[in-house]
Amino acid sequence: MAKPDFGEKFRFLEDIATADVAFEAYGSTESELFENAALAVEETMVDTPSVKHVAKKKIVLEAAEIDKLLFDFLSELVYFKDAEALVFSSFKVAIKKDKKCALTAEVSGEHFDARRHDLRNDIKAITWHMFKVERTPKGWMCRVIVDV
Amino acid sequence: MPENDATGFVKPSMKKISDICWEINPSFKEGMRVPARIYATKKLVDEMDAGVFEQITNVACLPGIQKHAICMPDGHWGYGFPIGGVAAFDTKTGVISPGGIGFDINCGMRVLRTNLTIDDVRPKLKELVDALFNTVPAGVGARGAIKLTRAQLREIMVSGSRWSVENGYGWSEDVDHTEDYGMIKGADPAKISSKAESRGIEQLGTLGSGNHYLEVQYVENIFDKETAKKWGIEQPGQICVMIHCGSRGFGHQVATDYLNTFVGAMEKYGITVRDRELACAPFGSDEGQNYFRAMACAANAAFANRQAISAMTRKCFEKTFKRTAEDMDMALIYDVAHNIAKVEQHEVDGKFMDIVMHRKGATRCFGPHRPELPQVYQSTGQPVIIGGSMETGSFVLVGTEKAMTETFGSTMHGSGRTMSRTKARHEVRGSELQQQMLKRGIYVRSVSMSGLAEEAGVAYKNINEVVETMDIAGISRKVCSLKPLGNIKG
Repeated sequence: MAKPDFGEKFRFLEDIATADVAFEAYGSTESELFENAALAVEETMVDTPSVKHVAKKKIVLEAAEIDKLLFDFLSELVYFKDAEALVFSSFKVAIKKDKKCALTAEVSGEHFDARRHDLRNDIKAITWHMFKVERTPKGWMCRVIVDV
Repeated sequence: MPENDATGFVKPSMKKISDICWEINPSFKEGMRVPARIYATKKLVDEMDAGVFEQITNVACLPGIQKHAICMPDGHWGYGFPIGGVAAFDTKTGVISPGGIGFDINCGMRVLRTNLTIDDVRPKLKELVDALFNTVPAGVGARGAIKLTRAQLREIMVSGSRWSVENGYGWSEDVDHTEDYGMIKGADPAKISSKAESRGIEQLGTLGSGNHYLEVQYVENIFDKETAKKWGIEQPGQICVMIHCGSRGFGHQVATDYLNTFVGAMEKYGITVRDRELACAPFGSDEGQNYFRAMACAANAAFANRQAISAMTRKCFEKTFKRTAEDMDMALIYDVAHNIAKVEQHEVDGKFMDIVMHRKGATRCFGPHRPELPQVYQSTGQPVIIGGSMETGSFVLVGTEKAMTETFGSTMHGSGRTMSRTKARHEVRGSELQQQMLKRGIYVRSVSMSGLAEEAGVAYKNINEVVETMDIAGISRKVCSLKPLGNIKG
């Protein structure tokens, strides 16, 4: 597998997750990593450049570890897809690390519409399978496999 | 044997039990309580990714597992358990694991028969498939087929298929022709999160995406005429309808919720697992029982979903052919779950015991005379529905007595993927595939062209070989094969 290029926001992986979708996302900070991973999740479901910033949601989460925080954040996006028919294309994430990890995110998007959006895979869940969040000398990266 | 590049796992050495059964000894890995058995031809077992062996031997380490951890010939990598994984746990000493069921709780298959023939349907195929595509919502977040209140959703959680029938979606005999009569006992809506309800409330009667589909098919070959005739399958060319889908966002959220609960609970019960997706809890613990009751809610919602889609399908046939569904004999042959855990009685070391059976990408295939089966299938054994890729075709099989002794009454569920979705999307263009299939007489409507490409036949194992394996093994015998004519997907 080619080495990650930290100039990219994310990259879909061909060689793992036969039945599902795997990606790596990158960021110079944890916040940027979360934003890019969120974009990869939405890109799995829809052509994100076609998604307008009409509806806004605020997501506030807390977790003991950074990987659980990312897992829960991405799971929220899957939740909004089913519960409110929303897909997103813009993310502003702020992370505070104290005893716990806390996240405040503002996400923007709109109701999906098969006539205007190229809809792709319906994500069932974010999985822990091979899930990782890592700080590397070049920045942060994560690997995520989503069940579709 | 080759190493799997992506994962680094090495295939273990295996003892040949027969031409289609291979065993991995507990000495392979510390903690294995029972051997792992893989049902596959030499070719299929050689082609399996090494991750399958890693995962099925992890399953063999879980507390309370009986006889063998089993992997079916369509086995491939999953989360925790492999897809195609079968495991039986003692209800008293064993565990329940969401990873042994899958995120799509009670993903399953059903097949409806008709008395129409290929000659009746071919001239109206486009009209019929367009009607189905416009009636059954499919694709990302598909919603809006049936409006429900929260109270109604809770009724569905408890009564499953029966709710759909009582509310105008189907025939009362459909319920008899559904695994566990379309209702897993023990469901308790109090164990369901508000989030799961919010994800599910708009989705009754919807297909979803991925490999889920509704397919108009014709009978290609009949292998067991006597059994086929008893089930109303009379001749090649007869039209059937196959439906593949599950519990949608509702079940996905139930699985997500309880996986989180179990990760936190394992320490309390002194259980360690090799993979967070294998998180489990003792079946008799509060966590185990709460999950089982929530899982039953999701399973029942999935039965209700497939039942509602069946009723919508009958309406589309009525509109297209200007005949009643009764006149077209559109009876449900059977509905089977292939992602589920259930309490069943099985014989272990000469004694019947209560087992919490996990089937993940595996189908129940009970032989004749099991009390769980309706009268109509008492003499034959139950119908088993195996969906192939949308290009290659599907099978209806029958369960056997041998399955009861060898695999806890379980067989495979489909053909199994060999190529990742991302790779298939790069190698196949959805619009070209649609045109090629049309030339071969298969009319496909898909919400997503990239999704269509991912489901190309080239991305799947050869279903004939997978089905043949379990036929040779005497676990599930072939009754008939079905070929696609029209397909709608997400």
